[in-house]
Amino acid sequence: MKHTISVLVENKFGALNRVAAMFSARGFNLESIAIGETEDPGISRMTIVTRGDDKIIGQIVKQLNRLIDTLKVVDLTDALKIERELALISIGYHKSNRSEIISLCEIFKANVIDITPKAITVEIVGTPDKIESAIKIFLPFGIREIARSGVVALSRNEPVIVKTSKETNGTLTT
Amino acid sequence: MSTKGQTLLGAEIFFECLKKEGVDYIFGYPGGALLKIYEKLYDVDHLKHILVRHEQGATHMAEGYARATGKVGVVLVTSGPGATNTVTGIANAYMDSSPIVVFTGQVPTHLIGNDAFQEADILGITRPITKYNFLVKDIKELAPTIRKAFYLAKSGRPGPVLVDLPKDVMNQSCAFHFQDKVDIRGYKPTFQGHSKQIKKAASKILHAKRPLLYVGGGVIMSEAAKELTFFAQSKNIPVTTTLQGLGAFPGDEPLSLGMLGMHGTYWANQAVSNCDVMISLGARFDDRVTGKLETFSPNSYKIHVDIDPTNIDKNILVDLPIVGDVKHILSELIVELNDAPDTKEWLAQIDGWRKECPLHYETGDGKLRTEYVLERITEKTNHNAVVVGDVGQHQMWIAQYIKFNSPRTQISSAGLGTMGFSLPAAIGAAFGIKDKPVFSISGDGGFMMNIQELNTAAYNKLPLKIVLINNSYLGMVRQWQELFHDQKYSFTNLSEMNPEYQKVVESFGIPSMSTDNPDEVDGIIDKMLAYNDGPIFAEFKVVKEDMVFPMVPAGASISDMMIKRLNPKTFV
Repeated sequence: MKHTISVLVENKFGALNRVAAMFSARGFNLESIAIGETEDPGISRMTIVTRGDDKIIGQIVKQLNRLIDTLKVVDLTDALKIERELALISIGYHKSNRSEIISLCEIFKANVIDITPKAITVEIVGTPDKIESAIKIFLPFGIREIARSGVVALSRNEPVIVKTSKETNGTLTT
Repeated sequence: MSTKGQTLLGAEIFFECLKKEGVDYIFGYPGGALLKIYEKLYDVDHLKHILVRHEQGATHMAEGYARATGKVGVVLVTSGPGATNTVTGIANAYMDSSPIVVFTGQVPTHLIGNDAFQEADILGITRPITKYNFLVKDIKELAPTIRKAFYLAKSGRPGPVLVDLPKDVMNQSCAFHFQDKVDIRGYKPTFQGHSKQIKKAASKILHAKRPLLYVGGGVIMSEAAKELTFFAQSKNIPVTTTLQGLGAFPGDEPLSLGMLGMHGTYWANQAVSNCDVMISLGARFDDRVTGKLETFSPNSYKIHVDIDPTNIDKNILVDLPIVGDVKHILSELIVELNDAPDTKEWLAQIDGWRKECPLHYETGDGKLRTEYVLERITEKTNHNAVVVGDVGQHQMWIAQYIKFNSPRTQISSAGLGTMGFSLPAAIGAAFGIKDKPVFSISGDGGFMMNIQELNTAAYNKLPLKIVLINNSYLGMVRQWQELFHDQKYSFTNLSEMNPEYQKVVESFGIPSMSTDNPDEVDGIIDKMLAYNDGPIFAEFKVVKEDMVFPMVPAGASISDMMIKRLNPKTFV
């Protein structure tokens, strides 16, 4: 199952590398990872999308917590959350289909942000599902390039805190 | 030197910090990036620098020292190749959770990333094999970083920490303040166990009919051997240990079942397979312990005490996890459990298994065998020696035949299985331990891998007892080739290749002996124990094709053990 995990880490040299290296060293799947500064410039938030059964996700959460630079790990999968991803999609066009592409953009609330004699570049923000369906729609026109930011997410409620030794006094949820 | 607020050079701050940490030995090797540090070291008298002959040796020495004494082992090496040579030793310390701090020189900060002479990205290289690593770019960060490094290495689940020291930072100066208190906001290891979980564990143990303590190295690291011994003896619960756990419980106690797992005793593995409550203390259900996961201790209620939450449910799903310090949790468990389960029948059943399939090796044919040498060492040292084994067959025989009665006497490369570990690790142990004889025991394969450190032992006149078990084979690999790879002894026969070890050793100025006769073993061990003017060496030429039994083939259930060779005639 797909999981969205939000991780607060010390904003310092090598923190991203430590997280990414942990995933590769332990053979965990890493679908996307997005990182940026938070309201506290000393702390970065990583949003990680990964897949695995309960045992693997449990290990991922614990291994993330174990990293010294990690301050908090929250599995947002079952939480009320807001998830967004940004994609830039460059689409080849002809005079004949240019207006069709632009009207499709309206449906997806995508913005045309660049146009050259050969390509239209659209910017689209939404859930990963929405971006997937937009890509499917644009595919027949000839997609030249795609850049996706990876998902960023926030909990709508109080963060669902994954209980680990950093948060509790020694028990794990079982 | 007074320290409070005085302006000092980076290299001086370095030694002031080591002094504050109580470091008495550093194992090191100088080089270009460390020139300033070695300049200052020249006049330092609060610690002793041991010059090694290869940086890998330094890391194993630091680990041997750490594991024998419980203190943090310290390594100092230069940048580039000096740093990369420490990688195996760091990985070894990481796998076995040993507290060492490795200081590596680095090229000056303005050259980092320029492919400068003797530059290596040692931070990147060691990130997956250290508990944490630091690059000190700012002289003001030097003292706090060293404090953090020692704290991280020693606290929680211990492990290696690396500190990279650029050359220019060692030449800068700043006011030196030593702050005792460390606060790392992302690092708060759990110490106390959850009291409800402990109560629940106590009640499960009390109602158990066939309880078993499965004990790992964590018990030794948290200094909980006394608590464990009291707990097991007062509640009549049998104890089996991992390789790392040997010595946590007296090996010659009737309640001791010896080691479990691949080359564990038959009765320990039967007890694991048949127990109804398993109490795992500071162990991590490693694949060499569990064998086939699906059939590992299938009917037991599993209590898992570990300071590292990632160990819980990693390999085996447990019923009752308690995260925290083993010593602390055991003490609480002792208080909670005011009665003992009735284990008389269970102990009798285990004794039955013990009689059914005891440890056994051939005797009376006049041939020398490793098991006999080890038994004689145990006897002659009255169970009171530090034994640092290497990796392979002899390592398993050490685990089976030497009865370790106290913690920190059995030191071995358990997790990583690093051949060449024994000699340098034993040297490190011998620097730390003066009241017991220290033995390095290697096979002829591993002995060659860090043989240069004979020089370190000889030069420092360390009273180290160096034992070489020479069967002219990479014996454990040979064993698997015989059993599972069609008897194709591919590149494991060293009989044509081995040098004359006695001559090699003597060239280092170390007295040596050699025998293939069982009758001479006692005399040799006596001589080794009587000689304390420096290292002494004995080579035991043992039967070439012996195998370690019992054995659980890889991937099999630990209840299904191979007891002996199926085709013994081939090798008579």
